[in-house]
Amino acid sequence: MNLALLIPEITLAVFAVLVILLDLGVRQKTVLRSVALAGLVIAGGVTAAMWGGSYPAQFSNMLAVDHFALFFKLLFAGIAFLVILASADYVDKFARFQGEYYALILLSTLGMMLMAATADLISLYIALELTSISLYVLVGFLKDRKSTEASLKYLLLGAIASAVLLYGMALIFGYTGQTQLGAIARAIQSMPPSAVMDSPALLMGIVMLIAGFGFKIAAVPFQMWVPDVYEGAPTPVTAYLSVGSKAAGFAIILRVFFSAFGMPDWLSANWGAIFAVLAVISMIVGNVAAIPQANIKRLLGYSSIAQAGYLMVGLATFGFAPASSVLGQSGILFFLASYALTNLGAFIAVIAISNKIGSDEIADFAGMFKRAPVLALALTFCLVSLIGMPPAAGFMAKFYIFSAAAQNGLLWLVVIAAINSVISAYYYLRVVKVMWSGEAASGEKVPSSGAPRLALFICCLGVLLLGVIPGLVMRLAEVAGRLFAF
Amino acid sequence: MSVGLEHYLVLSAVLFCIGLYGALTKRNAVIILMCIELMLNAVNISLVAFSRYVVPTLLTGQVFAIFVMVVAAAEVAVGLAIILAIYRGLTDIDASNINLMKW
Repeated sequence: MNLALLIPEITLAVFAVLVILLDLGVRQKTVLRSVALAGLVIAGGVTAAMWGGSYPAQFSNMLAVDHFALFFKLLFAGIAFLVILASADYVDKFARFQGEYYALILLSTLGMMLMAATADLISLYIALELTSISLYVLVGFLKDRKSTEASLKYLLLGAIASAVLLYGMALIFGYTGQTQLGAIARAIQSMPPSAVMDSPALLMGIVMLIAGFGFKIAAVPFQMWVPDVYEGAPTPVTAYLSVGSKAAGFAIILRVFFSAFGMPDWLSANWGAIFAVLAVISMIVGNVAAIPQANIKRLLGYSSIAQAGYLMVGLATFGFAPASSVLGQSGILFFLASYALTNLGAFIAVIAISNKIGSDEIADFAGMFKRAPVLALALTFCLVSLIGMPPAAGFMAKFYIFSAAAQNGLLWLVVIAAINSVISAYYYLRVVKVMWSGEAASGEKVPSSGAPRLALFICCLGVLLLGVIPGLVMRLAEVAGRLFAF
Repeated sequence: MSVGLEHYLVLSAVLFCIGLYGALTKRNAVIILMCIELMLNAVNISLVAFSRYVVPTLLTGQVFAIFVMVVAAAEVAVGLAIILAIYRGLTDIDASNINLMKW
């Protein structure tokens, strides 16, 4: 046991408590934001310093501190940092509860970090619930009817999903007698294939795990909560949900399915096929349902369902060729990094605009290019990246995932994904068209303040850099993708 | 007749299905929450039964069940708070009236 390896997580927990305590005594609430940001910087810095080392799994193999976990910890710290920066103006809507807001964001980040590091079904469940329960509260933070309704829907559906997930875990535990992921893999490999096929408990368990995780990553048919929760939640929380929660879900799927069910090949081909089917229906449902949406948050919600579909193309590749497709794994990691920057950028621009004009309707964004040229330009750039057009990061991300799929015999899936990318261009560009050529409701400028501008600048710069020179992050993703067998 | 692993698993599966059925059909938000609790406790039964019959020397399943109970309690606390917030605005917790947003 080496507590020093847990410094990022301990830091976040300490700072979350510190923010709540300071909230009691401090009058100047912006201090709380600085404290929360400092906690994230320390956690991220320590994580970055640990990169390159090789550490054994901790706490009787419950937590892994490998490059895969470190990559995701850095990603989550970065996401939370940007979300807190972006909520600088928005928090005025719940001025009295800023302390709890920042503390809950830190706690859910802590949960996500543990999700990426977990190597045991028990710690997996706890990490997942730590993330989810913090998010349930955050979604209801506005306390108006829409927000509490979104929160209740999220909680009830999330609890049902986690009950199904637990049932799957119980079946897997019952079948193998193990909860540690590596031990599960060894137990499965020691059985003859016919024994595994004759007893459906393991396969049933895997299907239930996919259902539970599918809820987290918003894959169709577990996506029912997405549009409502995205619309009702405070917009910074929506941004956080759409990238953080999704990335954590993919981290945990990669970890569990690679470590526990990656061998033998026929087993991984089976769940690879499930993910291929889910990918197809997620892309189609997400993209088609996004077309008629009038609310920008709902539109981005459906778009995030479609993006989960593209990511699942990577998971399918991973299932069909778990040993040979490093490009598949690292493609998912790269896609998640670029998707995080892109979607956060889009949401930050939406927060800045809609907070001032008091509306999330796309029609009210008309003429925004004249009223807020910088914000409109940034939003356009992020939407272009979501379509997957160069020079933005979205292009390279899709390129890596699709080429890995094509190399491993999933060309049909790539064709469907490419057709869907074209469909998606329609509704993303509709927003762009409204902003650039629509008639403005008033000539009044839409001002924006420093912190969100900084966050937006970081996002757009990141999207551009990942699109033009993807090599650096891709190398990190390759190291992280290769090293998570233990 | 001796009671074996199968009996516990059947009981657990039946309870889980009752819980799922209730969660999908009931209108009162508190009852939906109760049905979810039923689902989680059904899982606990199978965890403990598996632990007793599959790995009798270890306590993995029992420990897992305790963690599930603790987390479920936290979840219900948050759930009831949210239901209370809805009740304040709506003086009603009928899930079919909580319908401001539809797709």
